[in-house]
Amino acid sequence: MIPSQHIITALVYDKPGVLNRVASLFRRRGFNIASIAVGASEVSDVSRMTIVVDGANTMVEQVRKQLDKVIDVIKVSDITGDTTITRELALMKVKSTPATRSEIMQIVDIFRAKIVDVAVDSLTVEVTGDELKVSSLYNLLKGFGIKEISRTGIIGMTRGVTFAGDEDVNKE
Amino acid sequence: MKLTGAQIVCESLLKEGVDTVFGILGGQILPLYDTLTQYPQLRHILTGHEQGAAHAAEGYARSTGKVGVCFATSGPGATNLVTGIADAYLDSTPLVAITGQVGRLFIGKDAFQEIDITGITLPITKHNYLITEAADIARTIKEAFYLARSGRPGPVLIDIPKDVQTEQADFVYPVRIDLSGYKPTISGHATQVSKAVKLITSAKKPVILAGHGAIISGVYDELRSLAETAQIPVVTTLLGISSFPESHKLSYGWLGMHGLAYANLAVMEADLLVAVGLRFDDRATAKVSTFAPHAKVIHIDIDPAEIGKNVHVDIPIVGDAKNVLKAINKHMQPLEHTTWLKQLDRWRKEHPSIAIRDTDTLLPQYVIRKIWEATKGDAIVVAGVGQHQMFAGQHWFYDKPNSFITSGGLGTMGFELPAALGVKTGKPTENVWCIAGDGSIQMTIQELSTIARENIGVKIAILNNNYLGMVRQWQQIFYERRYMATPLHCPNFVKLAEAYAIPAENVKAKKDVTLAVKRAMAINGPYIINFEVAPEENVYPFVPPGASLHEFIEAPQKEVL
Repeated sequence: MIPSQHIITALVYDKPGVLNRVASLFRRRGFNIASIAVGASEVSDVSRMTIVVDGANTMVEQVRKQLDKVIDVIKVSDITGDTTITRELALMKVKSTPATRSEIMQIVDIFRAKIVDVAVDSLTVEVTGDELKVSSLYNLLKGFGIKEISRTGIIGMTRGVTFAGDEDVNKE
Repeated sequence: MKLTGAQIVCESLLKEGVDTVFGILGGQILPLYDTLTQYPQLRHILTGHEQGAAHAAEGYARSTGKVGVCFATSGPGATNLVTGIADAYLDSTPLVAITGQVGRLFIGKDAFQEIDITGITLPITKHNYLITEAADIARTIKEAFYLARSGRPGPVLIDIPKDVQTEQADFVYPVRIDLSGYKPTISGHATQVSKAVKLITSAKKPVILAGHGAIISGVYDELRSLAETAQIPVVTTLLGISSFPESHKLSYGWLGMHGLAYANLAVMEADLLVAVGLRFDDRATAKVSTFAPHAKVIHIDIDPAEIGKNVHVDIPIVGDAKNVLKAINKHMQPLEHTTWLKQLDRWRKEHPSIAIRDTDTLLPQYVIRKIWEATKGDAIVVAGVGQHQMFAGQHWFYDKPNSFITSGGLGTMGFELPAALGVKTGKPTENVWCIAGDGSIQMTIQELSTIARENIGVKIAILNNNYLGMVRQWQQIFYERRYMATPLHCPNFVKLAEAYAIPAENVKAKKDVTLAVKRAMAINGPYIINFEVAPEENVYPFVPPGASLHEFIEAPQKEVL
């Protein structure tokens, strides 16, 4: 993650236009969204948004307060920090030839990513991880030629309070 | 019992205590207007333009403290409301706007007079709704009124498709509402309050800065009590004018670009600002990086997003100003600031910002002062935007709570006439003086028809200099007098008034001012006075853009007119 980036999560009512309300607020106040991901939460009719923004602390605090004012937003948290787990999913369609196929597969293997589609001239790779891992894999595969890439943007949450902090799991 | 959507709207408005609605009808809101015939308790005032309806509802709301209501049809009717809604948003005015929308089947088809008004008003409303079923109307209206008036007030828009207005549903007005995303903090945090008391007690040069929030919260008594107990001078913002009596010896006027010199100096020299319900807007602070350089800041506001937005705050207190000031006053010991107050009085003498030059020509400042004298200040002043607004702020002395109503944040020219008719409708026993500019009033001049038809007894004083005066002043000072597009060709306002069947007169000479004002006051109904004032009179003090608050230009002793 870029040092100036902040991860903000927002619980919002699953209503028409709510994404528009949030996005409009960012645009209107001149805050730049690096990524935004929305999905169902543990409560029915309530979605959880994960928004990554670039900016200084004071600006992000203003983002948080302005978001809090949106009526359909229930709760906003800035979860930037060490105790946060973040994940992103990406699909990459990589150019391949019989000569390069096995090398690509090896790299994919090292990253514990998956080949989800094989075609005559391409492999489609699915990778999950924090932003750094996804970007590293992308950088390695770039040399083979990326035909198409789609990234979800990160989702995140804070670790449970009693979490033991198993090294292997942390370092995945 | 089943009612139509339109009936549910009317029933719900009655439940919310609405007695007056301003608006204009059209195709997609016809069912609601037809239903109004069954509800004579709801007075409908037809305006000349939807912008007028929105401003009238604002004037009604700001003078009564109740939620103002306006109606418009879809498409252009709805877009015409936009300026008024934006004005209400920036000045925290409680407003509920109800618009007709094309039938549900037509939405998204670019049907005749279809426009996405919830999309358009998204950044200028506190919240908005597109209702898709008649069964949702009652709950939505309940929520809308609650949102509009609670916390930091603001406008809420409800868009209702035509076929939802005719659809039948059971009418049950909800007792409770559930908005888990909206819980305004009302009472200030006790720790913060005691920190504030401590800081106030230790300050040597404190200033209370009162904003529009002080008026919305109605803290007149609490403010006065704090100022008197702790002997703290009070300076207001433009919209904070009339939150504290200006004849009080602790009142030092208002600050800002055209604020009074000693108010600006007091703030720049202060070691503590007790800010009550304001947002440190750039017209108030001037250059923000050099604003109040020696002052610690206690900021009391109901909107947490305002804390620290523009200036650094040492002690934030989120809450309703009334509750917070009550809590502070409870712990406040009597204090003295004799030296500090003496300094302020010296500045007041050295910089007589509200002195009016003795001239042969008719000055706009003089007109304001004479109206104030003739009415003994017993009036609500409604001003538009421009030089006349600043003169009205400076040269009338506001002792009556909430007696100065103008467009602050958005700076909407044309606000004065419709807002004044809204004020008079909400407060029929009050004297309402609409202080208008010749440019400003022409932006909403069609509301003269509303005033004439409804016989709304607003007294209208046009300070006519035949210019867009404030812009002309900028051109004079910053653009070497190149008066591009500021000279006006005003109509003969007396003849215009005659065309609307409103009595009017023209005043050119100083000696005629008071008599004309008295004639206006004697008439039971609207009256217009067109004051032909000095065309190139400027507003002073004037803090040039980019300068600090204390770097004001003062009126030259003898200005060429």
